[in-house]
Amino acid sequence: MIVRISGEGQFRLPDNDAERLNDLDNEAVAAVEAGDEDKFHSLFAEMLSLVENDGETIDHEELVESDVILPPRDVTFDEAAGEFTGDGLIPD
Amino acid sequence: MPGLAGRMSTTIKAKISKMLDRAEDPAETLDYGYRKQQEHLQGVKKGIADVVTAKKRIQMQSKKLEEQVVKLDTQARQAISQNREDLARMALERKTAIQAELQGLDTQVTQLEQQQEQLIENEKRLRAKIEAFRTKKEVIKAQYSAAEAQVMISEAASGVGEEMADLGLAMQRAEEKTEDMKARANAVGELEQAGVFEDITQLEGGSSDIDRELAQLSQGAQVDEELAKMKAELGSGGDAPALGEGQK
Repeated sequence: MIVRISGEGQFRLPDNDAERLNDLDNEAVAAVEAGDEDKFHSLFAEMLSLVENDGETIDHEELVESDVILPPRDVTFDEAAGEFTGDGLIPD
Repeated sequence: MPGLAGRMSTTIKAKISKMLDRAEDPAETLDYGYRKQQEHLQGVKKGIADVVTAKKRIQMQSKKLEEQVVKLDTQARQAISQNREDLARMALERKTAIQAELQGLDTQVTQLEQQQEQLIENEKRLRAKIEAFRTKKEVIKAQYSAAEAQVMISEAASGVGEEMADLGLAMQRAEEKTEDMKARANAVGELEQAGVFEDITQLEGGSSDIDRELAQLSQGAQVDEELAKMKAELGSGGDAPALGEGQK
């Protein structure tokens, strides 16, 4: 699974992490819907570190399209409200 | 796919399929795509330069405001020496208000600097991808049939297109931040201009709207405290001699 962290480049994430990422994504949607800003930020931070720690950086020269694009690291709660809706970033 | 990912990839795919539809010859499509990518890269460079310029301008404005803070401090001391606590208070109120704004600006400049570094990294990444596209297009032109080429072009172009869109988003965020900071610096600049008194005697007339606004903005307690401190330092006004240090 190819994941992009907006503004920071692409990562190749092992398939078994996809489910974990999807779970976090769904929880983040729930946090946004509940208006729980702190919860959202901690879930989003978890998504980012999962991608960074388990993912392998994709070379600048490689031309691949991402399956998932995470918002920029400094995304605000208001901006997030527009992204984390319905199925979230990852369709179920 | 909803959200950012959805919006971006939809736009990219629409553009690429339009490009492919228009072209009869894959080789032509590839060259055209590469030219467009390079044009885009030029725009990116200009965009980054604009962010840097705006940041520098804001830093200069901040510096001027810092000088103003020093000046107001001096004026407050002068006012106390002349037994004009009311004027001293006014000067300190302005000083406090400007200081509060300056703090906000400093934080924003730091954030903008981080964004700027990221933009430069992004640009490097995009340049590498465009270079990879150039190599790939030559391979495609030389080795594949028209039908096979269509699929490969689409893949390669999507890879570059996504990088472009992402950089576009980052640029937009940096520009929004710059605009916000410009507005903020200008607002403080106006307050400062309207409120600054070159000559202490100009203050005799009392307070304008700006003064009242500033008084509301500033934290009374901080001003009181500073005023008391200054008075103590200067021997509570009286016949204290005019200031040496800091005076014009």
